[in-house]
Amino acid sequence: MAEITLQDIIKPENLVYQKTKLMTDKTLSYCPGCGHGTAHRLIMEVIEELGKENDTIGVAPVGCSVLAYEFMNVDMQEAAHGRAPAVATAIKRLWPGKVVFSYQGDGDLAAIGTAETIHACNRGERIVMVFINNGIYGMTGGQMAPTTLPNMKTATSPYGRDIDMMGNPLKMTELVSYLPGTYFVTRQAVHTPAAVRKAKRALRMAFQNQIDGKPGVSFVEIVSNCNSGWKMEPVQANTWMEENMFPFYQLGDIKVDGKLIDR
Amino acid sequence: MGELRLMKGNEALAEAAIRAGVDGYFGYPITPQSEVIEYLMSEKPHERTGMVVLQAESEVASINMLYGGGGTGKKVMTSSSSPGISLMQEGLSYLAGAEIPCVVANVVRGGPGLGDIQPAQSDYFQSVKGGGHGDYRLFVIAPASVQEMSDFVPLAFDVAFKYRIPSLIVSDGLIGQMMEKVELFDPIPRLTDEEVIARYPWATNGKPKGKERRILTSLDLDPHKMERHNWALQEKYKLIEENETRFELIGCDDAEYIIVAYGSSSRIAQKSIQLARKKGIKVGLLRLITLWPFPKKPIEEFVKNGIKGFLTVEMSAGQMIEDVKLVVEGRAKVEHFGRYGGVIHSPEEVLEALEQKLIGG
Repeated sequence: MAEITLQDIIKPENLVYQKTKLMTDKTLSYCPGCGHGTAHRLIMEVIEELGKENDTIGVAPVGCSVLAYEFMNVDMQEAAHGRAPAVATAIKRLWPGKVVFSYQGDGDLAAIGTAETIHACNRGERIVMVFINNGIYGMTGGQMAPTTLPNMKTATSPYGRDIDMMGNPLKMTELVSYLPGTYFVTRQAVHTPAAVRKAKRALRMAFQNQIDGKPGVSFVEIVSNCNSGWKMEPVQANTWMEENMFPFYQLGDIKVDGKLIDR
Repeated sequence: MGELRLMKGNEALAEAAIRAGVDGYFGYPITPQSEVIEYLMSEKPHERTGMVVLQAESEVASINMLYGGGGTGKKVMTSSSSPGISLMQEGLSYLAGAEIPCVVANVVRGGPGLGDIQPAQSDYFQSVKGGGHGDYRLFVIAPASVQEMSDFVPLAFDVAFKYRIPSLIVSDGLIGQMMEKVELFDPIPRLTDEEVIARYPWATNGKPKGKERRILTSLDLDPHKMERHNWALQEKYKLIEENETRFELIGCDDAEYIIVAYGSSSRIAQKSIQLARKKGIKVGLLRLITLWPFPKKPIEEFVKNGIKGFLTVEMSAGQMIEDVKLVVEGRAKVEHFGRYGGVIHSPEEVLEALEQKLIGG
């Protein structure tokens, strides 16, 4: 049997998957094993597949994904910490025919930006809000987030999050699902191929809702790991996430077509 | 001759926003400027011009809505009063950093803190010295009449878009609340989406086919690139200082003393000058129209021509006086007078201060 070379394989007809052109060639600034890169890619794939490359404006947050605009190859604005929903609100109000999304972490969306999150959701802004929840402040070096689990150790809860002293973790996604202005609310993950496929379906539904003019926010939480902040190997972090994060932040749809799902 | 109306300053500002072809107003109620958003809501500008008016959840949200909307090349505006403007300082710094044009109006009230709801001019430092973090400037313009509350809206937008800088209209509770005759300018049509796209290639309103995407950010983690960005900002500010400084001279030709004032205080000072002239005191008024860029040239001219002294009149403890002193550099006497915390000085009090602090002193 003749030896098969790489050149024999790299042919257009053999192509089954390629990086979306809506991701730039810039090397991602994320830690190996982090879910941000996958989340970025899924959003960009969905926008490309929906043919909205030239009609999309994204709003980047402050935190690990502050440089999201370096990687996402669409028009982007970099918002102040927590203010992405307000920024996105005005863009969508002034360009109702365009596709607008915000991308935020848990410190950004669920702590400093709580008011902007709640009110954009309650007004029923016709935007997609993507929320990456890794239970920690990654960018600043692993401090406690509003989403940090009870007893979880962080740089500012070095002996574990003491609920009596430091308060409770905030389930922002459940909270916004009760607001009349949210149309689609879901919680996903991107740590396994199966989870990635589900997350992509959810993101596609979120963007399709907006394109179809559905009334209200489509809110997609992605529970992700932070192996650096959690001080774990990537595989170990994913296992820890499944065993500790998922029981508290239950995956699945919470609200679909404006109706709460009986979970 | 444009349409004449008797209006409150706040209403004139709101009507001017509609007529100036503003695309979006985002605001939050606060006394003494709530009439702005009330007037806009009652006028249904979405029917008149297609303008979006939205009551935000806070001034923090309003200013960030300006960031989003202004960043797409649309004409966006907000207004507030002192405590609300303080909340907007973070956003203004980001707007300046990302070079996003917009117009903010501050109808100043007494402070510090919650202060009161009466007129004051004690936000001068905040307006012209930064307010937010970083090396940045705003184009700051001070109306002294209800007429100018209207006229300065399109002007503020022109400068904002010409230089990609946030403009700040600084009035006070007196101008916001008082009623005067206004000649309204003819409506300027809103730009169409296509015109916005063609006119502002930097704006993020959807990546043009076959072209690079646009990014609006105030961040660069490379300090050398950030320094270069700052140099570019400073070059732009220098250009604005050269081209956009505005002031008015009243009765200065034979003046031996000069009152420097802006906004409400300049209106009061005009009466003080009349009273002084009756007593034979030769005093003129330098009325600042732009607070930044600060009108340095007329002050320099006065000093060169041997003026005997300056009295700055401001409803503050003495803020604008520092900029006058920076130009004078000790070559003439510079004194301050002002009532503050929401109290308005009378023309007689100003004259008395002039006599005591400059002439008698």
